[in-house]
Amino acid sequence: MFVRGLKRKCFDGEEDIEGTLAGIKAIPSYNLQRQSLLDMSLVKLQLCHMLVEPNLCRSVLIANTVRQIQEEMTQDGTWQMINTQSTGQASLDRLVSTDILCRSSREQAEGKHVPGYGTFNKDFEGDQGQDSSETMSTGSSVQAPRNLQGNVWEMENPQESKGNFQKSLDQIFETLENKSPNSVEDLFSEVDNSYYDLDTMLTGMMSNTKMGHCDGLETFSSPTNTASNSNCKSDLNELDHIVEILVES
Amino acid sequence: ADIISTVEFNYSGDLLATGDKGGRVVIFQREQENKSRPLSRGEYNVYSTFQSHEPEFDYLKSLEIEEKINKIRWLPQQNAAHFLLSTNDKTIKLWKISERDKRAEGYNLKDEDGRLRDPVRIKELRVPILKPMDLMVEASPRRIFANAHTYHINSISVNSDCATYLSADDLRINLWHLEITDRSFNIVDIKPANMEELTEVITAAEFHPQHCNVFVYSSSKGTIRLCDMRSAALCDRHSKFFEEPEDPSSRSFFSEIISSISDVKFSHNGRYMMTRDYLSVKVWDLNMENRPVETYQVHEYLRSKLCSLYENDCIFDKFECCWNGLDSTIMTGSYNNFFRMFDRSTRRDTTLEASRESSKARAVLKPRKVCTGGKRKKDEISVDSLDFNKKILHTAWHPTENFIAVAATNNLYLFQDKIN
Repeated sequence: MFVRGLKRKCFDGEEDIEGTLAGIKAIPSYNLQRQSLLDMSLVKLQLCHMLVEPNLCRSVLIANTVRQIQEEMTQDGTWQMINTQSTGQASLDRLVSTDILCRSSREQAEGKHVPGYGTFNKDFEGDQGQDSSETMSTGSSVQAPRNLQGNVWEMENPQESKGNFQKSLDQIFETLENKSPNSVEDLFSEVDNSYYDLDTMLTGMMSNTKMGHCDGLETFSSPTNTASNSNCKSDLNELDHIVEILVES
Repeated sequence: ADIISTVEFNYSGDLLATGDKGGRVVIFQREQENKSRPLSRGEYNVYSTFQSHEPEFDYLKSLEIEEKINKIRWLPQQNAAHFLLSTNDKTIKLWKISERDKRAEGYNLKDEDGRLRDPVRIKELRVPILKPMDLMVEASPRRIFANAHTYHINSISVNSDCATYLSADDLRINLWHLEITDRSFNIVDIKPANMEELTEVITAAEFHPQHCNVFVYSSSKGTIRLCDMRSAALCDRHSKFFEEPEDPSSRSFFSEIISSISDVKFSHNGRYMMTRDYLSVKVWDLNMENRPVETYQVHEYLRSKLCSLYENDCIFDKFECCWNGLDSTIMTGSYNNFFRMFDRSTRRDTTLEASRESSKARAVLKPRKVCTGGKRKKDEISVDSLDFNKKILHTAWHPTENFIAVAATNNLYLFQDKIN
């Protein structure tokens, strides 16, 4: 009886272990699904056709999905879990493929985006008001790739990466934020021409911009639209760069 | 022909307007009763075509503004001319469509071909006479309402007072007077002070058909807010808030996306409103905020395919819905050129297909069925065979008769009730 009990215990234990193993096997597939959904969402956010304004509703819904996944992943500590397991080829491949994704896009954009981003950062620092928080979050998101990269390959504090991730995600919406008239003018004055694709059109724009900009503001004189100052090309460049950072994560 | 982006009957149902991706508006007119061709009653023929919007370039943002017509709304007819509002992402235009079937002849100062006559040669005066001419339909832009929307306009709605209308974009709703183009009132603004906190956008808005002070707007989180313009100038605080509590058992990562409302329409009698989300249509009683009174599943078989539909972006498709004149039946579109009708009293539903093969002129449409699993019966179509590129997003129902207009990509189908 005792033996049987023992045996049963062993069997149960085995079963338990099997169960746990099965559980662990089951969890990675849910994790894999979740991870692939996360990757897909980040790619979707990145692939905005920048000639026409991206659909805000779609972007908001995708961003909310990303946040939801990220929250769930932090809640059940899966950030840690994926790393500690030294998981099978599949998840590493997945992480690699994400890296390749962002590497290819980063490489092609490297020439124009990095200096452009730096310039943009500088412009923000030059302004007053809400810019301090923006500079901070901008600064932290620059570090984000290193932090998050580290998190993936080593074992770091997931909380920190979550914070950076959150800020990086929010950067996407920053480009849609209305800037005060002064800052927009400053941005126009300091951003380098060479990053623009549409050279012929935009060189014309640059020379007119100081005057045209004010006129543009005047026509927006309806009571509804005092703050409808638009984003500039550097915003779009920054968006590209920020989303690359996100994809790296 | 371009992809049709909006379809709308006018108040009498005699005119049917369509807008397309190329910024064109095509108006069809119903044939009048004709003794020599008794079956011609009910046919719609092209009445007028005009270019409503052109592509523009926003120089400040370095972005194109699409000329695609997002919505057309007719004004109630007040004289011989017809008026409609058409909008793209940024600009709303009021168009006047008028007929000309007479021409003045016998001018003194100019010839029949318009050349000026030499005054020396004119020996006598004559009175110009009106003579009939071939019917000409002219469309002219009467008002242009521009520069009031930072984000993309998704809805316009004419008020029952026939003097004002609202336009809604992703974050704001503006109230206009039809006569005044250089300013509008902002009545809803959900833009957060910090754009980083943005989690919800406006997806549709409509004025109540009878109460000129009431309108509703729907959101990407599946909620509807009813606002009363008498309570405050800025209607950021709703009078009623409609939301169905989420079913925890069906929660997934896609729950929020599929709950996003793509269309909201008041019933003709003004007692109900209907909302369309990705998988269902819901009818709400305006007096009950905590849940809809009726829910109809449009294509529940897609629930297990949400991940693929997310991947190919179909999950973001915005389907519209409409009521029939008596508010007894509702209609909405689906994939594979299917559209669905739900009879509210009998709870019976029908699936029909808008395609050339299945719609010979005067042929009765055969009901279609999607096979959800197991053995596929003859004539059924399996979920995996559905063509997700053939989507019916825009449908319209004649205000009084059983005529429906269904837009299938770049084709417009008109169906009517069987006549014996």
